[in-house]
Amino acid sequence: MNLKIFLAACLFVVLFVISLMIGVSDFEFSKIFSDDDHLLILMASRIPRNFAIVLTGSSLAIVGVIMQMIAANKFVEPTTAGTMDSAALGILCATLLWPHSGLMFKMLIATLFSLFGSWIFLGIIRRLPVTNPLLVPLVGIMLGGVIGSIATFIAYEADLLQYLSIWINGDFSGILRGRYELLWITFGLSIIAYFIANQLTIVGMGENIATNLGLNYRAIISLGLIIVAMVTAIIVTTVGMIPFIGLVIPNIVNRVVGDNLTKALPIIAYIGAVFTLVCDIIGRLIIFPYEITVSVIIGAIGSAVFIYLILKRPRHV
Amino acid sequence: MIKVQNVSKEFSEKLILDDINFSLDKGGITSIIGPNGAGKSTLLSLMARLMPLDQGQISFDDLDIKQTPSGVLAKKISILTQSNHISARLTVLQLVMFGRFPHHKGRPQQADHAHVARMLELMELDEIADRFIDQLSGGQQQRAYIAMILSQDSDYILLDEPLNNLDMKHARNIMKSLRKIADEMNKSIILVIHDINFAAAYSDLFIALKDGKIIVQGSVDDVMTEANIELIYDMQVDIKTIDGKKHAFYYT
Repeated sequence: MNLKIFLAACLFVVLFVISLMIGVSDFEFSKIFSDDDHLLILMASRIPRNFAIVLTGSSLAIVGVIMQMIAANKFVEPTTAGTMDSAALGILCATLLWPHSGLMFKMLIATLFSLFGSWIFLGIIRRLPVTNPLLVPLVGIMLGGVIGSIATFIAYEADLLQYLSIWINGDFSGILRGRYELLWITFGLSIIAYFIANQLTIVGMGENIATNLGLNYRAIISLGLIIVAMVTAIIVTTVGMIPFIGLVIPNIVNRVVGDNLTKALPIIAYIGAVFTLVCDIIGRLIIFPYEITVSVIIGAIGSAVFIYLILKRPRHV
Repeated sequence: MIKVQNVSKEFSEKLILDDINFSLDKGGITSIIGPNGAGKSTLLSLMARLMPLDQGQISFDDLDIKQTPSGVLAKKISILTQSNHISARLTVLQLVMFGRFPHHKGRPQQADHAHVARMLELMELDEIADRFIDQLSGGQQQRAYIAMILSQDSDYILLDEPLNNLDMKHARNIMKSLRKIADEMNKSIILVIHDINFAAAYSDLFIALKDGKIIVQGSVDDVMTEANIELIYDMQVDIKTIDGKKHAFYYT
């Protein structure tokens, strides 16, 4: 086990360093102490971008598994439940109504919108038959479509379509020092999620078992949803929407280590970060010196894995 | 001691339970019997606070279920409901250890491990303890759920049709284990059970529900008469005493 952790840490460091080296501007590690320009590129652009990638990847993966526990459905995550679209609509409204407000305020409005979106989603899926688990993400994607089209309509009328596309298409190329620090809040939220990992696992066993074990089912669900909504809102405001991480990573991890979150959550966070790093590196290399946005790369790989997971669902005896 | 007083329950203006009153002393096995739709599962769910109690009072050893914090009740009563579908992927061992959650709150101690090991052995699960529950047969899953509830080690154990999905051998073994737990550890076990002969063979008391009311209650011997069974189920059976135990014959 220790060897595995060591190898995993090595892989992470290697990817992190590779990611630091890729970029259009002239940059070499050997010159950071002799040339101020090189140091500036590292500190103001490359390192913030790398932190943003790691924080986004790990927290989105964690948020995905939290939603899967709350909805008791393996195919739910912020983009298949309308949560991301609600957050985008929230920032749009905040930008329209309070154009001079700060990023923090916009993020709060986005959090409230995505909480509301999750609440509608849970209200709908409670009425769906449990026998067909694929109905849940279908309904969620439709809900997201409806909310997204409302956002598009408003943005069109207000001439804000370009802004909206920034929030909808996740992309790390705009990340600079001073413009991503909100993302560190997701790190704190991930830690909170780890502290309630047992409770979240029990919630995943259903309301009856959770109540039997003395848990306040609704309180845990509310706390989980607040974490989900805040993380989603922060990521949409800073990076933009990124699909499938929350879906693919937990589903791969649970095949191997199961859903006991005290055990699975650190692994989910790690693989989420590594996966996002790899996808972002690929996106920057394919058409170098140009860049394909990370959401496109993740969308392509993620949807392929999603289809594989649906077809290869573990058979129940 | 369990006290159930004036308990009624309505669902969309249909009366499911109608003024239920009974009290049970600590210890022994009580089976709630009665036809489908009589309100048995509803009664069990109300007793275990899984449904809000709108009318009446229920208490376990003077702990009123409405007033006592849920975490305290979790050490006093446990319940296994009828259909359990856990979508979370857990091993049998992890699942059963979650039954200890009211005690260890996420940090299992030596005593928790020992208790879980005992229950796994009792439910004949030790060999499959590390398998994921979604890879198990229905009967194995059912035994894993029962082991989880038993490892909760509560004074009162409510089981809604625990013999679901079980073959004859495992059904008998589980009833024997429940008998042993009731006798040796002085637990009160309340079952909802459909097989009247299984119920009669292992229970001390019967409570018979019909149309939301208690229609007959008493010792197994008193309730197991042809007249009573006809009253409860609207069907005629032959009651025969074999080796000092009453059996209902209704297969032909």
